[in-house]
Amino acid sequence: MTLTFTHPPTATPEDSAAHERTDPGCSPMIQVEQLDKVFEGGFQALKNVSLEIQRGEIFALLGPNGAGKTTLISVICGLARASSGRVKVDGHDTVADYRQARAMIGLVPQELTNEAFTTVWDTVSFSRGLFGKPKNPAHIENVLRALTLWEKRNNRLLTLSGGMKRRVLIAKALAHEPKVLFLDEPTAGVDVELRREMWEVVRQLRDQGVTIILTTHYIEEAEEMADRIGVILRGELVLVKEKAALMRQLGRKELTLHLDHALEQVPAALAGHDLALTEEGHALVYTYDVTRQEQGTGIAGLLADLEATGIRVKDLHTRQSSLEEIFVNLVREKT
Amino acid sequence: MNLQSVKTIYLAEMARSLRTVLQSIVSPVVSTSLYFVVFGAAIGSRISEVDGVSYGAFIVPGLIMLMLLTQSVSTASFGIFFPRFSGSIYEILSAPISYLEIVLGFVGAAATKSMILGLIVLGTARLFVPFTIQYPLVMLLFLVLTALTFSLLGFIIGIWADGFEKLQLVPLLVVTPLTFLGGTFYSIDMLPPFWQTVTLLNPVVYLVSGFRWSFYGTGDVSIWASVFMIMAFLGVSLAVVNWIFKTGYRLKP
Repeated sequence: MTLTFTHPPTATPEDSAAHERTDPGCSPMIQVEQLDKVFEGGFQALKNVSLEIQRGEIFALLGPNGAGKTTLISVICGLARASSGRVKVDGHDTVADYRQARAMIGLVPQELTNEAFTTVWDTVSFSRGLFGKPKNPAHIENVLRALTLWEKRNNRLLTLSGGMKRRVLIAKALAHEPKVLFLDEPTAGVDVELRREMWEVVRQLRDQGVTIILTTHYIEEAEEMADRIGVILRGELVLVKEKAALMRQLGRKELTLHLDHALEQVPAALAGHDLALTEEGHALVYTYDVTRQEQGTGIAGLLADLEATGIRVKDLHTRQSSLEEIFVNLVREKT
Repeated sequence: MNLQSVKTIYLAEMARSLRTVLQSIVSPVVSTSLYFVVFGAAIGSRISEVDGVSYGAFIVPGLIMLMLLTQSVSTASFGIFFPRFSGSIYEILSAPISYLEIVLGFVGAAATKSMILGLIVLGTARLFVPFTIQYPLVMLLFLVLTALTFSLLGFIIGIWADGFEKLQLVPLLVVTPLTFLGGTFYSIDMLPPFWQTVTLLNPVVYLVSGFRWSFYGTGDVSIWASVFMIMAFLGVSLAVVNWIFKTGYRLKP
């Protein structure tokens, strides 16, 4: 089932998400400027956060528990007030022009918060009306079908499973055809199959030009979905990068060489290379940094030295660090 | 004004009342009927007349006011408390609607429900005792103003309460006692002079008295005092709601 908005946020193919993402003339969809949030009691949840999110991109906000991800989303969506700084959504200030700014946003909260006694259809229709949109049963049907909720439309929410409730929250957020969708831990507690279905829905939305901001604990999710990654630690945005560039720059690569004959130790002639002996001497693992590519990865030299020492290689493969490893290293480094 | 949003909240709240029709409508009607049986027929038969009207007819305005006050407070407080409790308030707070529109939706629905109940009780009472309404427009005005004011009070309680106990605290320990002691079942002339003076400190006396005046043209206090008091209540409630939204009290950190 393909999810389509009755009134697509991007009206023409020329305005497609890909076009917008690559058009340097486009203003950002979300601008966060020097945002601070200090809660009563003095806890500073956000420290001078500045961030721009481009139209039509999927932006993943990563960070450990309590880092400030949800607080940042709450301030942008109007659920919490900023102590200083400001936020604009499509050029509209979220305080001065809150109506225009909020009308563009759909929010899927982290917690499964539902009115237990209402039906799926009623609660999703309620969300549309709440955002000031006239009734549009065709759109609601479209959203429910896309999220495989159509068969459950007359069910009361208390009868649904956790995964279904999560889908209902997404359907509610999509009911008013938002241009920006915030997904706060969208797949927490959701099984693998449903998670992949949700990723597909998110991609479809992105393809229609919806800007998506997601927070997640599943790094795999960010790796799979995001165009850009932001990392927030103790209220500070410590990194914002294109995912591909991040993985290229921070990712370490490993070259594993499977040997014909086992070695007892790394030969002295190879001491100049960053090598480790594994698999009981049957494999050599060479670790290198892709950021040093301009100086050469050293692979050619290593292979030449292996040839010179008479070590025969029967197979080899390379592996790049996952985003999870990058994230864990980054957190460790900064804390 | 985002009327579509106001209408959505209003209709959702009204639908909630209809979902719980037994608790919302049937139960108050049954309890009011019981009041008539006990106070009107059983006890009332031993009391001749109060302020020139039969005791059964005398208690009608007071009973409607009792229903109006308790239902306005409980409906409005639960209406806003439940989304806070379940967490679904996030949707209302992130919607492109003003505070005034939120209040109109919730308080409007609670006031409507309690007014409907008030009128149902009025109809039920007519089955038990004959009475006339001398000033129907004044009666309706009091009905609307009281329902609005106490729905606002309920809204405030629903935001203030951080648990079900607190949600029940004010209605049970403040509103109900003040209503019972506010001349619902008696004229304050029937009290000793000292207690008459004390009773005048009870704001509900003015509401019941004004409402009764619209029925029979007589009341414990002047109709203008009653009008002043209900307007003062309304003003205070509006000021508190305004403060809640300005400060984000218990809604927005």
